[in-house]
Amino acid sequence: MARKILLENIDVPGLASYEVYRKLGGYTAVEKALKNLSPDQVTQEVTKSGMRGRGGAGFPTGMKWGFVDKKSQNPRYLVCNFDESEPGTFKDRHIGFLNPHQLIEGMILGSYALGASTSYIYIRGELFYVLRGLEKAIDEAYRNGFLGENIMGSGYSLNLYCHPGAGAYICGEETALLESLEGKRGNPRIKPPFPAIFGLYGCPTVVNNVETIASLPWIINNGGDAYAAIGIGNSKGTKLISACGHINKPGIYEIELGLPVEEFIYSDEYCGGIRNGNKLKAVVAGGSSVPILPAHLILKTAAGEPRLMSYESLAEGGFKTGTMLGSGGFIVMDEKTCIVKNLLTFSRFYRHESCGQCSPCREGTGWMEKILARIEDGRGTMKDIDLLSNIAKHIDGNTICPLGDASAWPVASAILHFREEFEEHVKLQKCPF
Amino acid sequence: MQQKPGITEFNSELLDLVNKIKKRYPEGRQKSALLPVLHIAQAENNGWLSSEIMDYVASLLEIQPIEVYEVATFYSMFNLQPVGNCVIEVCQTGPCWLNGAEEILAHFEKRLGIKAGETTPDGRFTLKTVECLAACGNAPVIQVGTEYHENLNTTKADELLEKWTAENKISHTNPYL
Ligand SMILES: Cc1cc2nc3c(=O)[nH]c(=O)nc-3n(C[C@H](O)[C@H](O)[C@H](O)COP(=O)(O)O)c2cc1C
Ligand code: SF4
Ligand code: FES
Repeated sequence: MARKILLENIDVPGLASYEVYRKLGGYTAVEKALKNLSPDQVTQEVTKSGMRGRGGAGFPTGMKWGFVDKKSQNPRYLVCNFDESEPGTFKDRHIGFLNPHQLIEGMILGSYALGASTSYIYIRGELFYVLRGLEKAIDEAYRNGFLGENIMGSGYSLNLYCHPGAGAYICGEETALLESLEGKRGNPRIKPPFPAIFGLYGCPTVVNNVETIASLPWIINNGGDAYAAIGIGNSKGTKLISACGHINKPGIYEIELGLPVEEFIYSDEYCGGIRNGNKLKAVVAGGSSVPILPAHLILKTAAGEPRLMSYESLAEGGFKTGTMLGSGGFIVMDEKTCIVKNLLTFSRFYRHESCGQCSPCREGTGWMEKILARIEDGRGTMKDIDLLSNIAKHIDGNTICPLGDASAWPVASAILHFREEFEEHVKLQKCPF
Repeated sequence: MQQKPGITEFNSELLDLVNKIKKRYPEGRQKSALLPVLHIAQAENNGWLSSEIMDYVASLLEIQPIEVYEVATFYSMFNLQPVGNCVIEVCQTGPCWLNGAEEILAHFEKRLGIKAGETTPDGRFTLKTVECLAACGNAPVIQVGTEYHENLNTTKADELLEKWTAENKISHTNPYL
């Protein structure tokens, strides 16, 4: 069995309550940090751990904290990104619902390290039932002296609040999230300035994913070095993978980074193989935004090495033959899946979620959806396939935020790896599936 | 089907809730409370935001009505037209599609006699499509108010419809209460 950091106690009944969480060693990391460690020492442990942000971009967490403008006279904020809206991703809700105190403990540690006295958890509006559980857990933490004034007599005070979104994937992008938290439309800001300098209400702010923050208690209890000893290369620690699609055992798995993809898909400890004895056709390994890979390239790199579940190995080969770990949303498709139709649902998603600020994204996402719909319906032409590639190319890199790229990569990679399937739709003038 | 009349202001219990939420944000940043307060307003106003209730929210948060309209039109959870008592939202994104979301949607359309985006003539049900609900491992998924129903199939859908019809389900309940 692989080592568990995030999900070790997830099956314990009543884990969401303060009593059970505390009995299992909960809040000892806060006690340790507030009694024995300075804020900078907490940051140092996180830097040592090699933790990379689990929201999708994989940016080193300690380094991100280091960018915070400590000279500013303004308050500082830690904001937890619980927007979880990337298709295929459903890991944060698992932690937030079943183990809210782990997230709260992580928020206290991160806020202490950054010197924040007010912090927010921004949670997607559809997950109100999770928000209510979190608020209950926050109340318990206040009652037990882990939130509020002068925590454990340390002189450090923290208020923590939940804030609901209202249905907008773009609010997962950190600057759109901050706009949304200020009560505005979720339009991403032009960067720089980055949130570490100009974030919430113009103050220095760090935005971190739920999984990143929920890992902090373990890192503080066991030390950054212990965390860095797990994993492979620059992919340290464990990662939650939410696996779905045509597999025998969809669900949330905690893996040590470096696990072979083949083992993840086929072993009974994880996905348990492809449903109904079908063959594997393709995988979208890190949420809908990352390039799709056909079976042979997800199992082995172009050089014939086994592909591993790590930031580096999944990216090997670049756009031509590789993909990304992203958010860990692992979508598996069997041989009976129409790649074009699956892609059409993604393109519809990005068109729906574009905030509309930049024309390549606002217009391009709509065009791609329209062209894909006609190819899928059997009304497409061979020229349409090139037109799609062309639109994707012109969106990529030409927008304010990465949603534009995220809409283009699935299209470009599907055409790169499954061009015959698009052509077949055109030749047959219908969907072959 | 009679709906409760819409509201144009909050009672004292709701005002207490609004004041509690406003205090979560720094002095002068009460606009931050807009999304939570709109969720409350929509739930209390039969599941949609009328211009009257949006103007009232603006006055509560001491902002301009246009600032409320801007936001209400941006976020897909806010309904700007009346809806039925029970709003059924069917997820249609890739992972749910791979697991039969189209069949589920077609089944609801057939049983309710309406298309996605429409409300039954008796005002009981509204059917909507939505994008990924972050529950893809249990696809297909639908949402009704703050409830998720996962691993759906047509049999389960029928059971739910029967239950909701019998109890005259109202999906828009105050998410904070
Ligand atoms: C369109 C878009 C959507 C995003 N959605 C999420 C999300 O739902 N959750 C999340 O944690 N990060 C999301 N991100 C990444 C955030 O911008 C940010 O990088 C992340 O929250 C940082 O946290 P981390 O360093 O802990 O990963 C999204 C980014 C983009 C461009
Ligand atoms: S890329 Fe798309 S989502 Fe991002 S700012 Fe531009 S229009 Fe908005
Ligand atoms: S695609 Fe339906 S819940 Fe994710």
